[in-house]
Parts: sequence; structure tokens; C-alpha cells
Amino acid sequence: MQLRNPKDFWSGVMFAAIGFAFAIIVKVYEYPMGTASRMGPGYFPFVLGNALGVLGLVILLKAFLTDGERVSKLAWRPILWILGAVVVFGLTVKLIGLALAIIVLVLISAFGGHEFKLKEQLIAGVVLSISSIAVFVYGLKLPFPIWPSFFG
Amino acid sequence: MEALLSNLALGFSVAFTPEALMYCLIGCLLGTLIGVLPGIGPVATIAMLLPATFTLAPELSLIMLAGIYYGAQYGGSTTAILVNIPGESSSVVTALDGYQMARQGKAGTALGIAALGSFFAGCVATLLLAAAAPPLAQLAFKFGPAEYFSLMTLGLIAAVVLAHGSVIKAIGMILLGLLLGLVGTDVNSGMARFNFSIPELSDGIGFVAVAMGVFGFAEIIKNLEQGEEREIFVNKVGRLLPSMQDMKEAFPAVLRGTGLGSLLGILPGGGAVLASFSAYTLEKKIAKDSSQFGKGDIRGVAAPESANNAAAQTSFIPLLTLGIPPNPVMALMVGAMIIQGIQPGPQVMSEKPQLFWGMIVSMWIGNLMLVILNLPLIGMWIKLLTVPYRLLYPAILVFCCIGVYSLSNSPFDVVITAGFGLVGYLFLKLDCEPAPLLLGFILGPMMEENLRRAMLLSRGDAMTFVTRPLSATLLAIALLLLVVIMLPAIRKKREEAFVEE
Repeated sequence: MQLRNPKDFWSGVMFAAIGFAFAIIVKVYEYPMGTASRMGPGYFPFVLGNALGVLGLVILLKAFLTDGERVSKLAWRPILWILGAVVVFGLTVKLIGLALAIIVLVLISAFGGHEFKLKEQLIAGVVLSISSIAVFVYGLKLPFPIWPSFFG
Repeated sequence: MEALLSNLALGFSVAFTPEALMYCLIGCLLGTLIGVLPGIGPVATIAMLLPATFTLAPELSLIMLAGIYYGAQYGGSTTAILVNIPGESSSVVTALDGYQMARQGKAGTALGIAALGSFFAGCVATLLLAAAAPPLAQLAFKFGPAEYFSLMTLGLIAAVVLAHGSVIKAIGMILLGLLLGLVGTDVNSGMARFNFSIPELSDGIGFVAVAMGVFGFAEIIKNLEQGEEREIFVNKVGRLLPSMQDMKEAFPAVLRGTGLGSLLGILPGGGAVLASFSAYTLEKKIAKDSSQFGKGDIRGVAAPESANNAAAQTSFIPLLTLGIPPNPVMALMVGAMIIQGIQPGPQVMSEKPQLFWGMIVSMWIGNLMLVILNLPLIGMWIKLLTVPYRLLYPAILVFCCIGVYSLSNSPFDVVITAGFGLVGYLFLKLDCEPAPLLLGFILGPMMEENLRRAMLLSRGDAMTFVTRPLSATLLAIALLLLVVIMLPAIRKKREEAFVEE
């Protein structure tokens, strides 16, 4: 048997893995199933999880029968820089304050793009920083610290 | 009729306050802005702004968020016509004929007819919403848990049928969404599920985190992967007001687009994107001489642009009458209403008439604002298009991060969102459409709740879903839809409808 539809194959693998994982978790953590008339917290997720798992297997098997496209290569560069920048923002904003965190976010995420121009991105970061603080902190009163906490 | 008039009068009294007008304007302008800019859509924008609406009055926040959605339909056409890339996915087909018109020096006419068509469609759809909502809400009061469960099943099935791409994968995405929606504390027993002892997860996965990750971050990564090409073609916009001849040619198309769009907007899984595709296909089918389509036929701009705006408007009907969101944007509106302490459903109309009618009237006002403001502002929107993506996406990221972080002022949501960004990107890679996932995610807890109640009332007898006539009818329609979509002939048609030529 030959794999003919890689996109569907991996979709099937994903659905099957996640679906059965939900069903297994219900069993492992012993969420009460209850009865049909009094369903426990485990009932609906167990049924859904197994349904998704079986569906995933069907998709996976169908991938051997019909033709389809290959999965194109993952763009690791934007994935890592963009999501990395977001995570860094989330973890540090309380400590270093919004003003700095935005500039850092802009600079890190810029590496995910096609060209990196330090001066341009720096200006963009500063402009965004000032305008965001004006709109969100002063305008909409969102509770962000503006300056680094170690400055007092 | 009299009731309708007095309701509309109430609506006007709410929507005509200076504050309401201001938020309506902000929403419309923001909507146009993101509509014009490719790479960011209404889902990500509304998700991003949800936390900012915490402090607003419920009417104002909903008026503004609604404005973003229909405003985006206006803005999307500008980019489609002038740059030949859709600013919004609902404007994909507008680019076909709109850009050709622009190349023939009739950019202004195309923009004009798109705006006027949208305005006409918006007015009709708003009236339809006002007229259809009360009887539908009355019907909804007859619904018990069994009916609600069946209705949601129908909604999810319809979302599958109307989604593009593989049917079976769309069903998978729905199930996945339903499961993700169940993470967190079970309302009946108080037991925390799938939380792995992480305290933040016992409240469930944040809806905004999923929406923004899957629709916002994933989209950015995909855009960066593809590289930047943008060519703006405007040496002259030309006169904006279409000539009598153009009007005569376009008007029937506007009418048909409005009708079709209004209908498709109500259907679950429908919404603006499907409406514009279908309207374009319909125009081509019924035109006596379809040779000009794709070469700058004014009907090819008028019909889809009317349709997408009509659909954006009527998709509020199921949300406001049944409490069930027909598409991801409406799912976000559910989120916005819940944040404000309003449970979406038929009772909104009777318990909060000022909110309900104020919102409807504001849509009409918003449409008027869009048509008056946008045409003169087109020069400014064009300027915006010259901002390169390498400066645009960091700005989108900043707003997204601020939005997610302020949900609960903790890093947790931000990290979860980044995770969903990766997941969403993988979905795109595997051709798994994310919209059904989001619908399932919102409906998951509601479905479980209604299933449990229905089964409790029937003492564990699942036949309750088919012995109750209303519920049986809904399920029968769902089944019929599934059967129809599996028929080979229809399947081919469906694929055709989404293919751009």
C-alpha cells in the first residue's frame, strides 16, 4: 500500500491522536460516566473523543486510496520568531513594562520577516509603543505597568 | 407593522445618542481599515478588541463590534478593485472583475457601485432583520433542550456543508472544536476536566485565545511564508458616481446579490464569504452574455459586494433570536455578550429591547456612514495600502498581544494563544478549515448542557430527539443536508462554487 494523500494522512493522524487522547484521559482520570439519563462529566467527551478518533482513522486510511497533495515545508523561521516574540512579551511585560515590552516584541518578530532593518523596526517599535500606551493605558484604562518594575 | 415602527423608534432613540454614533463610527472606520488591509480580518480584530470593550456599556460595545464586521465588507472591496488582492476573504471574487475595471480606467465606477450596492443590501438586510427577528424569537421560546440540541446539530452540519474543502475533515474540525470547548469545569458536577491540574485551565480555554491564535497569528506566519508582492494599480480613480447606464446594468445584479446574500447569511456556516462566491456564480450562470465576466463586467462587482454585506447583516438573525452563532464572527459576538453579562437568546429582545433595537438601527446608520465617508476617504485608504507588510505585521502582533494579555492579566493566555497560532498554522498546512472548529468550540458546552437536560427529561430515552416534532424536523434537515452533500453531482457543484477562475 502506498501513501497517496499525505495531507489527509497527517490530518487523520492528528484527529485520531487527539480524539483518542481525550477518550483515554476520561478513563485515566476516572471522570464519572454516569448513565444516559444522568450523564456524568465523562460521558459527552468520551463519546466525542472516540468519534473523532474513529473519524481520524477513516481519514488516515482513505489517504491510501485517493490522491492528494503533499504537505509543503513548514516555515520555521516565522513560526519561531513570531510565536517566540509573543511568548517573550507575555512572560516579561509585567516585569519590564509595556513601553519596553512592545519594542522588544517588534524587534524579535522582525526577524521572522524577509528583511531586517534595525533602524526602521526600532522606529516602528517606538511609535507603536507610544501610541499603544496612549490608546490602551490612558484611553481604555487597561491595567498595564508602563515602566519596568525595577525602576520603582 | 405598528410594533415594528415603535421598535425602530426605540432603536433610533438609542442609536442616535452622540456616544452611540461615535462608537458606531469607530467600529465602521476600524472595520474599513482592516477590510482594506490584507492579512487581517474581522475575526482577529474583534477578538483583539474584546478586552477593550469590558468597560463600555453593552449597547456601545456591540454596536462598535458589529460595525467592524460590516465595515470590513466595504473596505475589502477597495483593495480587491485597486490592488487585485482581496483585503478580505469575502472580496476574493470582487477582484476578478473589479481589478479589470480599474485597469480600464473605471476604478471609480467599480468602487462606487460596490459601495452603493453594499449600502442598498445593508438597508434591505437590516429591515429584514428587524422584521424577521421577533417571530423567530417567538418560535425559539417553544424550544426545549431537545430542540436546542437538534438545532445546534443542524447548525454544525450546515457549517460542514458550506465550508470549502473536504467534508470529512470539516466534521473532524467540528468534533475537535467541541472537545476543546469542553476543557474546564463541568457546570453540572463542578468537576474540572482536562485541566491537568493547571489552575488557569479550570475556567476552560479562552475563546479569544483560540480565535486569535488560529485566525491572527497563523495568518501572519502564512503571509510571511509567502513573501511580499503588492502592486498598486491606480493612476486614476476616475469619477465615483456610476453613470445611468452602469446603474441600469448593475441594479438587477444588486437585487439578486442582496437576496441571495440575505438568505445565505442566515444559514449556519454561511456568512459573507460564501455569499459573495455564490452571488458571482449566480450572475455568471444567468447572464445572457457572460463573456465579459472576468474582463470587467460591472455585474461581477455589484452582485458579490451586495451579497457579502447583506450576509454580514443577516447573520445576526440566528445570533439574536436563537442565541446560536452561524459563523466565527458571530461566535465572537456571543463572547462579547457574555462578557457583558448578557446570555444570547430569544430573551434578549424582550428583556433588553433597547440593546436589541439600538443595535439594529445602528447597523443602518453605520451603512449610511460607510457610504458617505468611504468614497471621499478612498485616497487615504489607498495610502494605507502602501505601508509594507514588514511594518504592518508587528503592529498587528502588538495589538493582539495587548488584547490577549488583558483578558486576565496573566502570561498564561498569551502563551496559550501562541500555541494555537502554531496549531492554526498546521491546520492551514493540512487544508483543515479552522472556521468549523471555532463554531464547535463555542457550541460544545451548550450542546452538552442541552443534551444532558434533554436526556434527563426523557429519562435516558434518546428517542426524544425524533419523537418531538420540532426536533425531528431539525434533525431531518440536517440528515438531508448530509445526504445531499454526499451525492457526487452536488459534490462537484460545491467544489466549483469555491473555485476562483
